[in-house]
Amino acid sequence: MTGFEQQIVALQDYLLKFARLQLRNDAWAEDAVSETVLAALAKPQSFGNRSQLKTWLVGILKHKVVDALRHHHREVSGLDDSEDAQAEPLDAIAFKADGHFAEQPADWGNPEQQTSSQQFFEILEACASKLPASQGRLFLMREWLELSSEEICKELQLTPTNLYVQLHRARLRLRECLELNWFMKASA
Amino acid sequence: MIPFHRTCREVAAILVAREDRDLGLADRLALRIHMAMCDACPKFERQMLTMRNGLRQWRNYTGTDDSAQK
Repeated sequence: MTGFEQQIVALQDYLLKFARLQLRNDAWAEDAVSETVLAALAKPQSFGNRSQLKTWLVGILKHKVVDALRHHHREVSGLDDSEDAQAEPLDAIAFKADGHFAEQPADWGNPEQQTSSQQFFEILEACASKLPASQGRLFLMREWLELSSEEICKELQLTPTNLYVQLHRARLRLRECLELNWFMKASA
Repeated sequence: MIPFHRTCREVAAILVAREDRDLGLADRLALRIHMAMCDACPKFERQMLTMRNGLRQWRNYTGTDDSAQK
């Protein structure tokens, strides 16, 4: 193998982590990564450093992942029907009867410093992976694939209302998870 | 009935929704009025902005393990 091929193959696990997080299906994720590696090997080029190579590969992976979501759109657009996924996460925040916060929302400290560390990213990924599957997919389509709400509705044939409800739940769950696992610890 | 009155619970929902869709005029106005009078909701807003910022950094982060690989 050439140096280029070795570098690509060595990054498969790195790619697989994102593919799994987004697709929430190991077989689809492995396929998307294989297709990414094949596409990359077909277009050898040189990069100044490893992070440029990673950026390039992730760019290819995102296209392959969108293809997979499109291909499996029926399975993907089915919404989670577990009681847990249906719960309203605003209820996890205590509000008084008159709608005021029962407790002031916590001060998360100096976010610029805290949110750029690798540890933070690991917790963020762990929190995202704990979202119910379809909520997690929709959330990452917004935040990782950077698709607009309109594009997501079109790809998955979802109504905007359905999408917004799922994203609302996902964001509040993520907020809660980050608060428990990161910001509380950071400010303690 | 106070016009454009929203409770903190309703404002929290608007602040979450703002991440994914454009707010209507009534929501924007209600948000502005509420934020000017409320102690708690601006703190919740800061949490949402911190999350937005953290997600952006995560998305752009490719790992700084270059030196470790050499």
